[in-house]
Amino acid sequence: MAYLYLLPAFAFFAVFAVAPLAHAFKLSFYEWNGITDQVWVGLDNYVTVFTDPKVRAALWNSVLLIVFYAVLPICIALVVVGLMARVRIRGRTAFRAVLFVPTILPLTVVAVAWRWVYAPDGPLNFGLDLIGLDFVSRAWLGDFTFALPSLGMVGTWVTFGLVFVLFAAGVQKIPPELYESARLDGANMVREFFAVTLPALRGEITVALILTVTAALRNFDLVFVMTRGGPGTNTEVPSMFIYRSVFQIRSIGLGAAIGVILMLELLAVNLAVLWYRRRGDLSA
Amino acid sequence: MIESRHERRFVHLVLLGASVIALYPFVSILLLALNPPGKRVSGFTIPSTISFENFTLAWQRGGFAQALFSSAVVAITVVTASVAFSILAGYAFATMRFPLRNTLFVILLAGLMLPYEALIVPLYFDFRSLGLLDSRWAVILPQIGFSVSFGTFWMRTAFWAQSGGSLVEAAELDGANTWDILRRVLLPVSGPAIMSLSALLFLFAWNDFLLALVLLPQNEAAQTAPLALSFFAGLRRGGEPSTIAAAALLVAFPVLIVYIVMQRRFIQGITTGATKG
Repeated sequence: MAYLYLLPAFAFFAVFAVAPLAHAFKLSFYEWNGITDQVWVGLDNYVTVFTDPKVRAALWNSVLLIVFYAVLPICIALVVVGLMARVRIRGRTAFRAVLFVPTILPLTVVAVAWRWVYAPDGPLNFGLDLIGLDFVSRAWLGDFTFALPSLGMVGTWVTFGLVFVLFAAGVQKIPPELYESARLDGANMVREFFAVTLPALRGEITVALILTVTAALRNFDLVFVMTRGGPGTNTEVPSMFIYRSVFQIRSIGLGAAIGVILMLELLAVNLAVLWYRRRGDLSA
Repeated sequence: MIESRHERRFVHLVLLGASVIALYPFVSILLLALNPPGKRVSGFTIPSTISFENFTLAWQRGGFAQALFSSAVVAITVVTASVAFSILAGYAFATMRFPLRNTLFVILLAGLMLPYEALIVPLYFDFRSLGLLDSRWAVILPQIGFSVSFGTFWMRTAFWAQSGGSLVEAAELDGANTWDILRRVLLPVSGPAIMSLSALLFLFAWNDFLLALVLLPQNEAAQTAPLALSFFAGLRRGGEPSTIAAAALLVAFPVLIVYIVMQRRFIQGITTGATKG
């Protein structure tokens, strides 16, 4: 009887998630251009993933993007939430609602908006010129040094709202007595943050890490609309390669192999974060 | 609470600054789009006269009437089917005992970690051989397949909070069968959880880009709004940045409306959903 209730969900999950995954594994061991016969090549595609300089650059970029998608927003949000913990905030829900907006917008829209902000005649350069920093202004997304960080900052902008909302909810659950006793012990703002706020947010930090690192590694929409991986291979990412493998390079096996690697990366990150959290819980 | 006035003011300034940064890129394309097309704009120019011509141009040249309709069909189908299937499966996991319950749940939960990106290559070739490529089904079916993981998990949590309560016990004593308990007892009290889930799934479905890009490559009639936007913004046939900005706003509009109406649900959904996971 119970299985009848499970049937529709599991049917769709099996056919459209599990079966393609198995198919991806299979394809990753073949060389195929999508038309002629598939040729078994063993682990060749995986060797290519780790030796081809372009694919390696893409993988490395996705790791660098973790700094912008995960580390930066988590650090900034911790500081902001740490400040908020000490005072009553007027309009708390309004701030929360506004700061969350970047997270809900379609990433294609975000990409178009930021492409304008970063444009040679866009608001960012205009603002820099205005305050006399005209030597700093440049074509941000076409610049070999600044394209990746510029793209990364958009990631920070997108994920900050999510992280902030998670942390703000977490802080509200901390019993005020903890702060009062910390203050009776003479703790200042910084000590209070490390003694009370940070430990209480461990669960939220775990969740934020998983969500933001996943977003960093999977990142596709922003790159596709903002830079197409350029200039050169400066903002190339794994998911762009998967797309190219079908429509441009026509090396299906390689695309499948990159997909499998990406999935394993995410699995490793999830398990590592969860394992670390569990270990932390035991020692606490 | 001990707090100095300086501290309060400082914290509010920080939040205000963050809010300006959060809204600025969106506001900047709004200002850009409200200028008459062809007008050279730079930086922070506030339009002297408000013109909606960019929106008209984008609407006509980018095929957004078609694309927004297509997105609505996709999103509504995905949300309806995923929510229905998730209610059924979540109910079974929350209230029934059966062999392999935990194994099945863990398998479904593992789907949460599965990236679309890894499945896009096989999906493209599977749908090509099935002749479904370029039809809306090609994006609808996989999205349902991915959404049921999250949805089932969500509904199980929601039903857990309700079941075991006296209402379910009373119904069981009355000899109600499982279907009646779900329909008469649990569903009427689970409205908020179902609304939150629907809002989140709508957001994911509306914002999807990669599936549409790969699985709807040729058929303009089936293109979703984000896909139409990327073509419009990429081919430069939209031309003016101001017209592209207007197009982006057209695509963002439905999401923003849903967000404004359901704002609390979204945020509650994200925080409770995430911390329980």
